[in-house]
Amino acid sequence: MVVLWTDALIYLLIVVMLALGIYLRGKEHIQRPLQQIGRSKIGMVSLVVLLFFVLIGLLDSVHYVPADDKKNEIISLLDAFATPLREHGEKTYSAPFAITLYSKEMMTLADGTMQWAYPRLEFGGRHLDNPETQRIPDILQKAFYGLAQGASLIGFFMLLMWGLLAEQHKRFMRGSTAKTVWAVAFVIVSISYAAIYLSAYYHIFGTDKVGEDVFYQAVKSIRTGLVIGTLTTLIMLPMAIIFGILAGFFRGWIDDVIQYIYTTLNSIPGVLLIAASILMVQVYMANHEAAFTSVIVRADTRLLFLCMILGVTSWTGLCRLLRAETLKLREMEYVQAASALGVKQGTILLRHILPNVMHIVLISVVLDFSSLVLAEAVLSYINIGVDPTSYSWGNMINGARLEMAREPIVWWSLTAAFVFMFALVLAANLFADVVQNAFDPRRSGNE
Amino acid sequence: MNNPILTVKHLSVTFNHRQTVVDGINFEIHAGETFALVGESGSGKSITALSVLRLLPNNARLNADAMTLLGDDLLKHSEFELCKIRGRRIGFIFQDPMSSLNPVMTIGSQIEEVIKLHFDLPRDAVKQRALELLQQVELPEAQQRIKDYPHQLSGGQRQRVMIAIALAGKPDLLIADEPTTSLDVTIQAQILALLKNIQQQTGMALWLISHDLALVSSIADRVAVMQQGKIVESGLTAEFFNRPKHPYTRKLLNALPSMSSCLTHSAAEKPPLLQVSDFYCYYPIRKGIFKRVVGHVRAVDGVSFDIQQGKTLALVGESGCGKTTLGKSLLNLIPGSGRVVINGVELNALSGEALRQQRANIQIVFQDPFSSMNPRMLVGDIIAEGIRALHPKVSSDERKARVRQLLQQVDLPEDSALRYPHEFSGGQRQRICIARALAVDPKLIVCDEPTSALDVSVQAQIIQLLKTLQQEKGVSYLFITHDLAVVAEIADDVAVMYQGKIVEQGSVAEVLTQPKQAYTKKLLAAVPVLKRDH
Repeated sequence: MVVLWTDALIYLLIVVMLALGIYLRGKEHIQRPLQQIGRSKIGMVSLVVLLFFVLIGLLDSVHYVPADDKKNEIISLLDAFATPLREHGEKTYSAPFAITLYSKEMMTLADGTMQWAYPRLEFGGRHLDNPETQRIPDILQKAFYGLAQGASLIGFFMLLMWGLLAEQHKRFMRGSTAKTVWAVAFVIVSISYAAIYLSAYYHIFGTDKVGEDVFYQAVKSIRTGLVIGTLTTLIMLPMAIIFGILAGFFRGWIDDVIQYIYTTLNSIPGVLLIAASILMVQVYMANHEAAFTSVIVRADTRLLFLCMILGVTSWTGLCRLLRAETLKLREMEYVQAASALGVKQGTILLRHILPNVMHIVLISVVLDFSSLVLAEAVLSYINIGVDPTSYSWGNMINGARLEMAREPIVWWSLTAAFVFMFALVLAANLFADVVQNAFDPRRSGNE
Repeated sequence: MNNPILTVKHLSVTFNHRQTVVDGINFEIHAGETFALVGESGSGKSITALSVLRLLPNNARLNADAMTLLGDDLLKHSEFELCKIRGRRIGFIFQDPMSSLNPVMTIGSQIEEVIKLHFDLPRDAVKQRALELLQQVELPEAQQRIKDYPHQLSGGQRQRVMIAIALAGKPDLLIADEPTTSLDVTIQAQILALLKNIQQQTGMALWLISHDLALVSSIADRVAVMQQGKIVESGLTAEFFNRPKHPYTRKLLNALPSMSSCLTHSAAEKPPLLQVSDFYCYYPIRKGIFKRVVGHVRAVDGVSFDIQQGKTLALVGESGCGKTTLGKSLLNLIPGSGRVVINGVELNALSGEALRQQRANIQIVFQDPFSSMNPRMLVGDIIAEGIRALHPKVSSDERKARVRQLLQQVDLPEDSALRYPHEFSGGQRQRICIARALAVDPKLIVCDEPTSALDVSVQAQIIQLLKTLQQEKGVSYLFITHDLAVVAEIADDVAVMYQGKIVEQGSVAEVLTQPKQAYTKKLLAAVPVLKRDH
């Protein structure tokens, strides 16, 4: 097993979240909002979608060197599952479910004559003898098989669960929210099973310029999106929260220093800092070639540094908001009452200020998550984003820039990136809305 | 009786199809009379006024058999036509003069805007009319002030401008929704006199909405009392106040604190608990890049007073006189200088950890029951906070028991500990704040206008609670208020504050019945007194 740097940070994040969950398990005032989230249909459905993405991302975060290693490559569990798909490369563009390439080529026929025509794909629809008539029925049939298999798999799993459940949990499972969640899980599993089943025979999202399967690219990009979204926020949050609250609460010279830092940082163009640090990393990697032997290790280091520098450049906005809010909160009478009661300043910060700015933190984290996934696309555009060899929606969109200008147009890369990105960002937004409502005591219980 | 100006028959307003806020009320307002609609907060009085102008929020539904203005059915008018009635035939004065004026327009242009909207006059005439209006509302130096921005005026002056705007359309009916609630008592008297005066000049009808029965008794011709969306009693003022029929009205009248109760307090001398001498609290005014101190705002300017054990000192004054600053700086929430001795310990000589340990001696209850509790903490945790901070060794079971006991003392149910502050009403929240202050067994509680945000009947309950706690625990109060009637109800001694200084000090009976200083006399004269012929 090989642990890359971002893998390590992701494992750390999971451990911290589990520990937090265990710590908060018995707390009455945390339980109630959690139960409310549990009752909310939108919340649970978006959580299921998010968990689905996270699961794929996690599968893609367990890296190892395969036993029959010939090419000195590191692959992830997800790659292992997707091995045939990963290696089913075509020559160049082909449309979704196509059996021929997207552009005509000079071909040598069996009788030795040359013909200007669309050549058959090497893998997509290879099993068909008579593509013109068989293609559509075959796709439908395979889709149906896939759906049926997926449905029976999840159905079997659900029955198993039902058999193992105790009576009191069964009652909970009959609730309308639980039913919706099951229905959504059912649909997601069936559809993804059908997609996996179909992708063994066809390129369901087509292939890109070098003939790589776009479906595989989009699925691989999930990890990059999640890493950029979460790790960057993780780096940015502590700085923004600590500096913002300290500046707002203590005022005076602490405020002056912090304001000075973020004003300075803000007035340097972010792109400049990002470009500089990415170049630095590249130079470092070039000088220490021995430590970065594999392509994937290089790409990972670059991704990690991108997250760090994005975090360093993006905390100022939230910090400013938090400082302003803390300035307001410190004059609130409950803060004064607390200091009149002899509560220590650190405790006031933790118990009175921090919980009351969390709604701002939560909103801006979700907004940042979406915009970071998008920022990655923009940075790829000027070649300072993630490594061009690594999969990311940004790289896919960046590539689509030229594809959109082609005639006839190549639309599937962009569409695939858009569909996956949209599903992730929408689910994150909806879930954050529900969480925010549930943790705001003034609003909870109204629904 | 002459023809009514406004007739409302069977008006109902429902929110979200469920919550009935106004429930089938009938009333008439006649030309030249002052009609007062009285009720506690949430009784639906403001909604009634807004529904006549059809300015209700979107989730409200209005139902009425008839709503006529001088025989003209308001219900039949479209929204467009109603725009011409609002401001022109019905004027409206809002409660808060601070937020009702546009801060980036001069007051003159705000008045002119309304005149231009309703009358087709040449520009000079509009200017002339605006000036006349400002003179009519007795704004001093109207000629110069017409170019002022709202922030350059005081609260009372802004309310005068609001009245001028309301009068600009020469309305038949002027609706005044709590026009003086956010003003000082002396200003309040001036504004009411002004309204009465203008009404006599123009002969318009005045519809006054208020929660203050004493104020209403001095100005209204007819009164109606609203409770939970219904008018429970209405009648001519004299009759209404002398022979109230409905039990709710009687309850309201009985809940009014009365000035005469000050004579009942005992005069036994007790040893002093708190001694304050030569206390100053200056805010520096800083200017320039180096933040040089160029002067001081003298919020508290050398005051001295004592509070005896188990007694209540009331600190009276108008807004801006420094009474809240004094209260907070006694707790070291605002830096001040001077000698403060409580229970033999000199507080201002202490700092850091030593000061924190002495915090238990003085506690505070704030004015606004909504902002004085952390909305994200459970009530139990809020009350236990002081115990946790000052007695960290107390076990969590003991702490819970103590919280239960405190909740009992302030007459709240035990299960309140697991609820959030927003689930409670204003009065209940104030009880929680009192419980929080009591948790650390203070010798003195600074009560900063604890009742002024509450309804009359709730106010009476809170004062009763404070008195009971004083008897049980022997705690002293520094009671900061602008309401002299409340002072008579609760205080043993009174200190009158004016511009950072204490101008008069003495027992409550002395100060309220035989005031020596001119300022105290003026303050007392301005207090609206319930007019009853006994």
